[in-house]
Amino acid sequence: MQKINLKVNGKSVSKEVPDHTLLSIFLRDHLNLTGTHIGCDTSQCGACVVHVDGKSIKSCSILVADINGSKVTTIEGLAKDGKLHPMQEAFKKKHGLQCGFCTPGMVMSAIDLLQTKKNPNDDEIREWLEGNICRCTGYQNIVEAVKEAASNM
Amino acid sequence: MKTFNYHAPKDVKEASKLASVNSAFLAGGMTSIPSIKLGLASYTDVIDIKHIRKLSGIKVAGKSLIIGSTTKHAEVASSKEVQKAIPSLAKLAGKIGDAQVRNRGTIGGSISNNDPSACYPSACMALNAIIHTNERKIKASDFFKGMFETALKKKEIIEAVEFQIPEKSDYQKHPNPASRYAIVGVYLAKYKDIVNVAVTGAKSCVYIDSDLSKKLSSNFSPSAIAGMKLDSSEMNSDIHASAEYRANLVLTYAKKAVEAC
Repeated sequence: MQKINLKVNGKSVSKEVPDHTLLSIFLRDHLNLTGTHIGCDTSQCGACVVHVDGKSIKSCSILVADINGSKVTTIEGLAKDGKLHPMQEAFKKKHGLQCGFCTPGMVMSAIDLLQTKKNPNDDEIREWLEGNICRCTGYQNIVEAVKEAASNM
Repeated sequence: MKTFNYHAPKDVKEASKLASVNSAFLAGGMTSIPSIKLGLASYTDVIDIKHIRKLSGIKVAGKSLIIGSTTKHAEVASSKEVQKAIPSLAKLAGKIGDAQVRNRGTIGGSISNNDPSACYPSACMALNAIIHTNERKIKASDFFKGMFETALKKKEIIEAVEFQIPEKSDYQKHPNPASRYAIVGVYLAKYKDIVNVAVTGAKSCVYIDSDLSKKLSSNFSPSAIAGMKLDSSEMNSDIHASAEYRANLVLTYAKKAVEAC
């Protein structure tokens, strides 16, 4: 067993979990933060993307023990005082989601892109979102949403 | 997912001591964790070397660029030192997998896995790399032994990879559109008297194409290799590309790499 101490969405959490616990499982099953989705078992879909110490990673491919002591932000941690994050707002405005399953990962990944590059062009957005798959194939509006957010962030 | 014991040693000595026939070293985990999840691999002990500080970092020393084994792809891609010393290496790192893989995956993890389609092994071969381990220094040409096989012993840990800075170099890749692994990748490095053309993705293990290297060493221009017929008999043939197509890609990308230099 591993004693895990993390700061998740600004709150300190402390749990004892089996050594092989993945971060995605820790968030969903141990903290009930089910906004982080698991869409595949091959690390390809990106629905589970969260931020660890500010950088986007696939939570399904990381042991929680490995990031012990880190700060984690999930989709649940974006809205502040009942107000959506500009990226969430942009996805809503530009219809950047259809079924919505991939959306948490898309949003978390896209925010990391804007941290790296303030005003990405279409190609740069598509290239960055390589690791996020939308099974509704709604990429056009996802790209539009990221551009919208870039102009508001 | 099968259970295992997780260890996070603080130094290489302790990490090496923990290793056994049923253990694995964990660096970025971008291959090993999915493999464990899918039941393709199982271990009693997973030894995380990521928290050993001295294994990460980038520095230029004389004619060498030295990259610590747990340095992440994103760090190599954005490093000013790498961009200046060997720009093609930064370019290679920036095109591995996706952004999240690049935020976790490491150079040492990539080369010790030696996936036949991985990008970094071709850079090691073309750039006359020396692999520094806790036990010895291994030349890249002696390091990559075969499909998913290297010269590493069970308790041996890669500490750094030392690349010889070339006059010019380039990396060209035909990526698998889903995984971004190389269907074929060609790394070309030009030194004063010699040109190395390393190929990944085409065969069961990375290799130096000696014919292409020889021709380009005597005449560094695309016309020197135009019309060459490469032997495809040992090349991979799968749903993505036939052996003949791969042979053609190797030549095409070798030419492109020369043009880009």
